[in-house]
Amino acid sequence: VPPAINSTVGLCTTCRPMQVFTKTKSEIYLFFNLVCDPADVISTVEFNQTGEFLATGDKGGRVVIFQREPQGEYNVYSTFQSHEPEFDYLKSLEIEEKINKIRWLPPHNPAHFLLSTNDKTVKLWKVSEKDKRAEGYNLRDEEGRLKDLSTITTLQVPVLRPMDLLVEASPRRVFANAHAYHINSISVNSDCETYLSADDLRINLWHLNITDRSFNIVDLKPENMEDLSEVITVAEFHPHHCHLLAFSSSTGTTRLCDMRARALCDQHAKLFEEAVDPSRRSFFSEIVSSVSDVKFSHSGRYLLTRDYLTVKVWDLNMENKPVETYQVHDYLQTKLCSLYESDCIFDKFECTWNGTDSVIMTGAYNNYFRMFDRASLRDVTLEASREVCKRRAVLQPRRVCVGKKRKETDVSVDSLDFRKKILHTAWHPKENIIAIAASNNLYIFQDRLTPNGHHNMPEIQSAPPK
Amino acid sequence: MAGAEGDDSLYPIAVLIDELRNEDVQLRLNSIKKLSTIALALGVERTRTELLPFLTDTIYDEDEVLLALAEQLGSFTVLVGGPEFVHCLLPPLESLATVEETVVRDKAVESLRKISQEHSPVDLEVHFVPLVKRLASGDWFTSRTSACGLFGVCYPRVSSTVKAEIRQHFRTLCSDDTPMVRRAASSKLGEFAKVLELDYVKSDIIPLFTALASDEQDSVRLLAVEAGVSIAALLPQEDLEDLVMPTLRQAAEDKSWRVRYMVADKFSELQKAVGPEITKNDLVPAFQNLLKDCEAEVRTAAANKVKVFCESLPEDSRETIIMTHILPCVKELVSDTNQHVKSALASVIMGLSTILGKDNTVEHLLPLFLVQLKDEYPEVRLNIISNLDCVNEVIGIRQLSQSLLPAIVELAEDAKWRVRLAIIEYMPLLAGQLGVEFFDEKLNSLCMAWLIDHVYAIREAATCNLMKLVEKFGAEWAQNTIVPKVLGMANDSNYLHRMTTLFCINALSEVCGQEITTKHMLPVVLKMSTDQVANVRFNVARCLQKIGPVLDSSALQAEVKPVLEKLATDQDMDVKYFALEAISVLALA
Repeated sequence: VPPAINSTVGLCTTCRPMQVFTKTKSEIYLFFNLVCDPADVISTVEFNQTGEFLATGDKGGRVVIFQREPQGEYNVYSTFQSHEPEFDYLKSLEIEEKINKIRWLPPHNPAHFLLSTNDKTVKLWKVSEKDKRAEGYNLRDEEGRLKDLSTITTLQVPVLRPMDLLVEASPRRVFANAHAYHINSISVNSDCETYLSADDLRINLWHLNITDRSFNIVDLKPENMEDLSEVITVAEFHPHHCHLLAFSSSTGTTRLCDMRARALCDQHAKLFEEAVDPSRRSFFSEIVSSVSDVKFSHSGRYLLTRDYLTVKVWDLNMENKPVETYQVHDYLQTKLCSLYESDCIFDKFECTWNGTDSVIMTGAYNNYFRMFDRASLRDVTLEASREVCKRRAVLQPRRVCVGKKRKETDVSVDSLDFRKKILHTAWHPKENIIAIAASNNLYIFQDRLTPNGHHNMPEIQSAPPK
Repeated sequence: MAGAEGDDSLYPIAVLIDELRNEDVQLRLNSIKKLSTIALALGVERTRTELLPFLTDTIYDEDEVLLALAEQLGSFTVLVGGPEFVHCLLPPLESLATVEETVVRDKAVESLRKISQEHSPVDLEVHFVPLVKRLASGDWFTSRTSACGLFGVCYPRVSSTVKAEIRQHFRTLCSDDTPMVRRAASSKLGEFAKVLELDYVKSDIIPLFTALASDEQDSVRLLAVEAGVSIAALLPQEDLEDLVMPTLRQAAEDKSWRVRYMVADKFSELQKAVGPEITKNDLVPAFQNLLKDCEAEVRTAAANKVKVFCESLPEDSRETIIMTHILPCVKELVSDTNQHVKSALASVIMGLSTILGKDNTVEHLLPLFLVQLKDEYPEVRLNIISNLDCVNEVIGIRQLSQSLLPAIVELAEDAKWRVRLAIIEYMPLLAGQLGVEFFDEKLNSLCMAWLIDHVYAIREAATCNLMKLVEKFGAEWAQNTIVPKVLGMANDSNYLHRMTTLFCINALSEVCGQEITTKHMLPVVLKMSTDQVANVRFNVARCLQKIGPVLDSSALQAEVKPVLEKLATDQDMDVKYFALEAISVLALA
């Protein structure tokens, strides 16, 4: 019996479903998630700075915001249409409304602000509450009927009266026309006045108050497009140092730029890249090494990168190799050919840190997601599925085996469903609550042993299952 | 004002009040802009007790409405009953000072600053200062940033205990957790320092300045540079070295180019604030470094300051400093890799000649001008040409003319029409400085060539240029050099060129005077009235209307009238229209 399962029992038994939200129009679809309306497929998930709010964006251009109730449950707080499909007449190009990324701004005032982007346009949204209403007109009564003018003998100033809470989302800024290619990332700077938007070849820097101008800080576009050798896949600002930004490329490298040194950051300060063993090179080497996500740790010291088969932790002080490498689904090594044919090999899996940077989470196929505990080096595979969630039972670890099944619960590689993939995940910034997007379902799981925000996963693991 | 029956005068006000809540933002905006009318109708009492409380809670509106409201409230004192009641305006402005939109907050702060002057010293302490404190300790950064702008206006007018509290609040905000508040504090530090007693500037402001200037956020540090300039201006000379110079020196060498850019940008102000001695010892080397900075943005900002910096150097050592320290850097910048740096330098470098005098200019600056006149970027060349007057005063333009000519010709034939347009605009200036002889010989043909440029904007500018040249060189010159060539184009096969003749006549008739117009131009215009292209014909009509006032009445009656009458029966409706218009304007009917 391999030790893997037993050693991860601690981690997985503590995770149980909290809630599931399915974006389907009728009950019939519930059991056939795959035939859901494509517009309902969730394309990004993001907690705000306090974890009180959780935002999702979908392929239909909608943003749904959930608010955590005092009892702990997340409920829908506001839903709005952020982007609409458009058509670029000059380039004869359809612009999808799909929300590629959402980023929350640090709190300003009682309202909440977030940036959402599709392929071309970033928008700043304000989500605010209104609980008062003005009453009393001079020229009409409360039903809206015009009054007889002769009865108006005195002026009436409207008075504000309490009303039912109304949550409104209003677009505050539209940052458009700055990207020739598709925007893949947005990231708010720690100075809270600027943010970056990155497309395949360029990174632009914006001021949050200025929509008609942005500065190009990275430009990878070669003079001749035939010389193109790499594209930008993700870009992110450092959480504390306003001058540092990291961006990764399709060649598997991640570059760190210092905006203090120059106005243009085409020349990087550091390049994080692991040398590939030439004997192991294959046709797929470069494709699978393409970095699909980059996240700075909350501490700011580490970079987490996800490529097709692994997640890697890099120390900002060491460029030549990662300090930790975790295999996400090593068993796919032999399947790359068919994954290439089905285009699955180009899937962009995201990765995330927990609040204390001690655990890493990322998605996989078959609605599985993986967690890695950095201290104990234990890992676990869990499944986000409606069946599990219905019972509200503790999640059971899953195991994928190559070849013959060793246990009844094992799943063979050949029976994995590659259409069910978990690309987008998010971790509550302070507590062990995670949000997993699987197609049109949003699963929220909570670690039941730490309902009050103790954030030390290693301890939880040592606790016996109850 | 409430009558027993419906009062007609109430109606417009009632509409305005109702429209404060209209769904159409434009109507709400209109209403808010007439808030004073509403307040006047309500009277001071009801404005205070009903209107202002309503406005205090209406901060959910669109930015433009809130902005208008914040502005209105700044001049509302009379409408609430005068300075005695001015504090009633504080609650709505307080809530406006906390909204997320920066322009609205800034406007609210501006209005608060304005009405603070209308508070009596007692009211200031009882009403205004508590508001500032509330904002300063607010939960949200929006209110704390607004507070930063209010300390300066109340500080001079309150008791020493309150002063101490205000200083404490300001200190707290300077070390706020959020960069937004620290930026606001940093940008108001200089202003606050100005109202503080000198001892407190030294004991309070200096440590705050030092801390903000070494903040972890670039955006905070760069704002501290400006504060440093203001503070330096306040301190006596002997304290500068110890109190501000270490920090300013550090800013000039900051790791972040944005901070160094700010130092370069504020260099003249800084120079003025620290005085000649420190300028000589510290600023000269600092300026050299900025001119050699690795970031082009910084070099551009510094290059822009070269002339002003040199001008303000202490007179006794000015020439030595420029020759030994600044000029070598300037020489390098002339062949900088970045076009913006070179173009910034080109716009000020000519100014150095007046400072350095004839001999130095000829020996050291002239070679640089010549290099820049041959620069690959048209903007650099244009900037040199546009500033020729400075050199002209010192050494005369002849020294340059050999290189000037190829540069002008090249710009005049540049493929980008905007570049051609720019050089045309400098032509009258150049003509004035080069003299009529040189002009006739070298530049006249260029000016004529522009008349047949394929871009209309160039032809138009060329026409206007001819008029300015005639203003400079006189009618006689025009008759000999320009008019024959212009009139020659009337027979061109291209109708656009024929039209250019008409446009030139429009522009030239007045400056050339009656004789030339009647004798030489009019016959050509009249002849063109039979042109086969309608556009030419109706432009003849317009041209006649234009030159009519220059002609004497006999010519008008005998020659112009018949032609216009004929055109008025033209089969083209536009020709007819303009002919009839000309007839009526010239009163020939």
